[in-house]
Amino acid sequence: MSNQASTLFDKVWDAHVVRKIADGPDVFFIDRHFIHEVTSPVAFLGLESRNIGVMYPERTFATADHNTPTINQHLPVADPLSANQLKALETNSLKYGISHWGLGHARNGIVHVVGPENGITLPGMTIVCGDSHTSTHGAFGAIAFGIGTSEVEMVLSSQCIMQPKPKKMRVNVNGKLGLGVTPKDVTLYIISKLTTAGATGYFVEYAGDVFENMSMEGRMTVCNMSIEMGARGGMIAPDETTFAYINGREQAPKGEKWDKALAYWKTLKTDEGAVFDKEYHFDAADIEPMITYGTNPGMGQGISKSIPTSDQVEGGKATYDKSLNYMGFHENESMLGKKIDYVFIGSCTNGRIEDFRAFASIVKGRKKADNVTAWVVPGSHIVEAQIKEEGILDILTEAGFELRQPGCSACLAMNDDKIPAGKYAVSTSNRNFEGRQGPGARTLLASPLVAAAAAVTGVVTDPRELLQEA
Amino acid sequence: MAYDKFTILKSSAVPLPIENVDTDQIIPARFLKATKREGFGDNLFRDWRYNGDDTPKQDFVLNNPIYSGKILVGGHNFGSGSSREHAAWAIYDYGFRCVVSSFFADIFKGNSLNIGILPVQVSPEFLDKIFQAIEADPNAELEVNLPEQSIQIVATGESESFDINGYKKHNLMNGFDDIDYLQAMKQEISEFETERIY
Ligand code: SF4
Repeated sequence: MSNQASTLFDKVWDAHVVRKIADGPDVFFIDRHFIHEVTSPVAFLGLESRNIGVMYPERTFATADHNTPTINQHLPVADPLSANQLKALETNSLKYGISHWGLGHARNGIVHVVGPENGITLPGMTIVCGDSHTSTHGAFGAIAFGIGTSEVEMVLSSQCIMQPKPKKMRVNVNGKLGLGVTPKDVTLYIISKLTTAGATGYFVEYAGDVFENMSMEGRMTVCNMSIEMGARGGMIAPDETTFAYINGREQAPKGEKWDKALAYWKTLKTDEGAVFDKEYHFDAADIEPMITYGTNPGMGQGISKSIPTSDQVEGGKATYDKSLNYMGFHENESMLGKKIDYVFIGSCTNGRIEDFRAFASIVKGRKKADNVTAWVVPGSHIVEAQIKEEGILDILTEAGFELRQPGCSACLAMNDDKIPAGKYAVSTSNRNFEGRQGPGARTLLASPLVAAAAAVTGVVTDPRELLQEA
Repeated sequence: MAYDKFTILKSSAVPLPIENVDTDQIIPARFLKATKREGFGDNLFRDWRYNGDDTPKQDFVLNNPIYSGKILVGGHNFGSGSSREHAAWAIYDYGFRCVVSSFFADIFKGNSLNIGILPVQVSPEFLDKIFQAIEADPNAELEVNLPEQSIQIVATGESESFDINGYKKHNLMNGFDDIDYLQAMKQEISEFETERIY
C-alpha cells in the first residue's frame, strides 16, 4: 500500500478493477446496471445470438421511461413501435430474472430518478446505464456513467466493461448563491465557461461550499449535466446530507449492514494534497439565473446579458451563425422579453420534488400565460405522489397548469410530447441540440424558476423580479 | 456483433466541416424505436438530409453525388451528446468505416471502436488540409493505415500518425470484440464479485 494522497474518484475506481490490460483498458466491475427500453433490446439479441446468459440478474434494474406516454398510461400504448420496445423490455426482464418496473408500476419513472429515490444508488458504487445522463448518480459519490449498447451486452453477460481510466478534474465553486440562483444555474454556468468539450476525457469532482450546502436533488442536477461539458461523469463526496437522504429508502442497507456501509462511505473523500490533472475555481457570486440561446448546452449566459457576437465565443463563425440562424436569434439581442410558446418542466435533470416546489413558488397566485402550452411532467410516480401530498398540485391547477404522468417526455421527444417546428420552448431538461425536442423545435435550457417565470408571463423573464414582488 | 476486420482503408471521403456534430443530428431520437439493428443508415443525419416531407435537401453533403467514400470527415468535437450506439450503427450501416476529426466525444469514440468503426483523431491543421484536399478534388483519396497508425492524403503524400491503444488495435485488425474477451475471464470475475460489499 502506498500512502500517497488519492482522490475520491481513484478510491472508487481502483476498488473495481478486476484486471489491468497492458496498453489497453481496465476490466471494470459494475455494481449496479440500469436498463430501459431503448438501448437494451439489441443487447439482449446479442446474448441470444451468442447463446450466453445474464451473469448477475440481481445487479440489473429495468424501468420503462424514454418512450412512454405521459397521459392515459392505463391505456395500451398507441404507437406500435413504442409498444413493441416496451414489450421487449418486459419480456427480456422476465426471461432473465431482472427486476422490471414497467409502465403503471408504482415505482416506475425516469431511470435516474428512481434509482436514487429507492435506495438502489449508493456511495462508492459503480453504476452504468445505456444513457449518458447516468452521471446523475455521481451525486452520491458513486462512479456513474453512460454506456453504449455493446457495453450493455457486456455488463449483462459478465458484469464488466472495458474502460480506460479517465483523467481527473476538480471544479470548485465557493461563496453564496444569490436570490433565484439554483443548482441548474450553477451547472449551466460551469458548462458555459468550460464549453461542451471542455471536460472531454475527464471525470469531474465538484467541490466547495456551494455543493456542500446543496440538497441531494440539487447535487443530482449538477452531476446530471456533467456529460454536457464532455465529461464522462461527475461526482460529489458523500456527507451527512447524502447519508440522511439514503437512510430508510426501500433498498438501502439496514441495521448492521447500514453501520458497515456508513463506516465505508465516510472514507470516500479526496485526501488533502491529492492531485488533479485539471482544476477550476469559480465564485458563486458571479452566477446569475442562466438561459441558453444556441444549440448546445455550452451556449448559455446570465439571463440579463445579450447574445454574444461570434468573435466572443470559441469555435468557428460558420458553426455559430448556423446555430443562431436555427434559433432565429441575432448577435447582441437581449434574451429578456423574447416570446415563448412552450414550457417543459421535468426530465432527470429537473424532475424531482424540489424542482416542482421551486416552480410552484413562482406560479403560486399567478396564472399561466395564454400563449404558453405547458407540460408539467414528474420524474417518477413517487415524485407525482409527493406533488399531490404537498399541495403543489392545487397551486398548479389553480394557475391553469395540468400535471402529466411520469417519463422522459419532451426531454427527447420520442413519445408524442414534441415541440412543433419553429416554436420556442423554455425547458428544464439538459439538451438544446437542433431537433432534440422535435424536428425544428427551438429549446432554451433553464432552471425551474426561469421556466415558471416564462410560463406565467409568456416571455423570457428574470425570475428575480417575480420573487421580489412576492 | 461481428464486424469486418480493419487494416488499410484507401478511399475518397465525405466532408462535413461542422463543429460539435451531436448524436441527435447523427440519428434523431424518434428513429431509436427499433428492437433490432436494422436500417439505421437510412436515417443517418435525417433532419439535415431530408425536408419535413421526406424530400432530400439538395445542399446537404450526403445528397451531393460528387462526394462518396468510406471515410467521413467531421469538424471538432464530433459525436457529443447521447450514449446511443445507434449513432455509430447509422454511420457504419450507411457504409462508413472510418471517421476523421480533430476531436471526438468520449462515448462516441468508444462505441465506434466497439462496432468496428475506426475514429481517427488528427491535428486541427491536418484536418484543414484534408478539407482543402477534398475541396480541390472531391475524389481525393485518403489512406488510413491501422497497423502503422497513420493517415495520408494520397495526392500530396502528407501524412500524420494517430493514437489507438494496443488492445483495441488488435481487436479491430482481427474483428474481435470485448465480449469474447470477457467471457474468457468469467472465473476471475466471479471471484472478484464475491468480495464486493454491495
Ligand atoms: S429525461 Fe432525458 S436525459 Fe434523462 S434519461 Fe430521459 S431522455 Fe435521457
